[in-house]
Amino acid sequence: MVSADYLQGKRMNSGVMAGMMIAFGLFLLKPCINSMSDNTMSEDTATDVYDDTVTDDVVVLEDVVYRRGKKTIFNGVSLTIPRGKTVAMMGPSGTGKTTLLRLIGGQLTPDSGRVIVNGQDINAITRDELFELRRDMGMLFQSGALFTDLSVFENVAFPMRVHTDLSEDFIRDLVLIKLQSVGLRGASSLFPSELSGGMQRRVALARAMALDPQILMYDEPFSGLDPIAMGVIVQLIRRVADVYGSTSIVVSHDIQETASIADYIYVLSDGRVIGEGKPDDLRQNTSPRIQQFIKGDSDGPVPFHYPAPDYSEELLAENLKLGWFSFE
Amino acid sequence: MLGRLRNLGHYSLDLFATLGRAGRLWWLAIFRRPSLGNVSLVVNQIYRLGVLSLVITVMSGFSIGAVLALQGYNQLVKYGSESALGLGVALVLVMEIGPVVSALLFAGRAGSAVTAEIGLMKTTEQLASMEMMGVDPLRRIVAPRLWAGFFALPILALMFSVVGIWGAAVIGVEWLGVHEGAFWSTMQEGVDFVHHVMKGVIKSVVFGLVVTWIAVFQGYDAVPTSEGIAAATTRTVVFSSVAVLVLDFFLTLTMFNF
Repeated sequence: MVSADYLQGKRMNSGVMAGMMIAFGLFLLKPCINSMSDNTMSEDTATDVYDDTVTDDVVVLEDVVYRRGKKTIFNGVSLTIPRGKTVAMMGPSGTGKTTLLRLIGGQLTPDSGRVIVNGQDINAITRDELFELRRDMGMLFQSGALFTDLSVFENVAFPMRVHTDLSEDFIRDLVLIKLQSVGLRGASSLFPSELSGGMQRRVALARAMALDPQILMYDEPFSGLDPIAMGVIVQLIRRVADVYGSTSIVVSHDIQETASIADYIYVLSDGRVIGEGKPDDLRQNTSPRIQQFIKGDSDGPVPFHYPAPDYSEELLAENLKLGWFSFE
Repeated sequence: MLGRLRNLGHYSLDLFATLGRAGRLWWLAIFRRPSLGNVSLVVNQIYRLGVLSLVITVMSGFSIGAVLALQGYNQLVKYGSESALGLGVALVLVMEIGPVVSALLFAGRAGSAVTAEIGLMKTTEQLASMEMMGVDPLRRIVAPRLWAGFFALPILALMFSVVGIWGAAVIGVEWLGVHEGAFWSTMQEGVDFVHHVMKGVIKSVVFGLVVTWIAVFQGYDAVPTSEGIAAATTRTVVFSSVAVLVLDFFLTLTMFNF
């Protein structure tokens, strides 16, 4: 299904690409087909659960150190993401999960260590090669990051227009398929400013999937969605991964939703991987830090407070200076 | 003392780093195989930066031409040489005021808009998402605006001069009663296309490049917050105004044989 040329990031024959996209679109309608005829297609096409024999890693981070100013965001993170799997990065807010996606996308350069995507060290290739490589990636930004000067339809059509020579009719059909899959075909003529945050996220998801990339990165896909939209997105992410075989990297702190779709989970905290495993294994993990995170306890080894001097001391301190004022 | 020295060092390093980033932006946006597919983007930007600046340019041009005619007539009539009014106004407009004032207006009208637009695209992650789609924002967003400034400003400056001369004619000939034939014939005699008009055009080409470069860079380099964009927009107008006036001095010095 995925040609070797495509793996190299070369531009595909647009006919092949069109065919694949149509096939993919039909797969997205699979639940309807399944409900009509009770076939067992899903067993054939779905990838196996996480399997230790997999050797083909799409993304490899080797001892990555990244600092922002004086703050160390990552202090030696190593992880691998196998092809075709859905891997989740979890952890409390502020642990640099989004930064991790940007490192994988080559938008940030690590201070040391290597980021290898599809066998290429992403910081050793030229700018042109990097942009070539990114055609195989799709990223869903937390804010959606839709182009505000383009309609919903044009937003989804944008990557197709830029990267393919498909005819206008064909693009129209593909865009409508993508929008149908996120339930927003009826909103195609609206502009992003006319949509709610959750709808913007769904349009952004349709756009990220527009070229059926090999690697799909989701930055907090579940935050700020109503339960129905959340369910839709959870299913959609899982189905895209199963049907198309794309590799999904989900960054989130929503335990239930993420655990339900991820093959493998890395838990990040304090710039390190503090735990990893399949969702069920992780639930059995006895490490107090991981248990705290999974159960959502506010008190535990992971501090709720930003580092600060002693509370009572600071409140009672004499000559405390706040800005221009001083309390004598 | 040591502190001041350190500040000076920091400041200079920052300055050089900024200049380096600005130069790199320009290089990456313009000097790498410009793609023909982006012509429509350039045309779109010429419309937004150039055509939409027409009203302010034409109105300012007419007013300045009219004022030049009033003041010029007052002085010239003392020596009975008011027939040279056309020549004087045309030369001043074509060589100096046309390129300079239209560049200043362009910086305020179009440059600030470019900075705010690109800065907001950065803030809302639109640039980042474009990068992740394998589309280089330097080519897609920055390059068309740079080219648009390059083409639009010289045309705006010429229109400014033309409308200015017309304004001077309305005031000088129709109202103050300068002889019409003298007004136009001294102009025809004294204004040389290559020596005067083209040098004015060269000036406005340079101004167009510099103003859009500053505007685009300030937007692209803006701190992605509300204050960051406000500061960047201000810097665009301030820097490009100063750059235009200083460059004008040096261009005049080099081009007009002093």
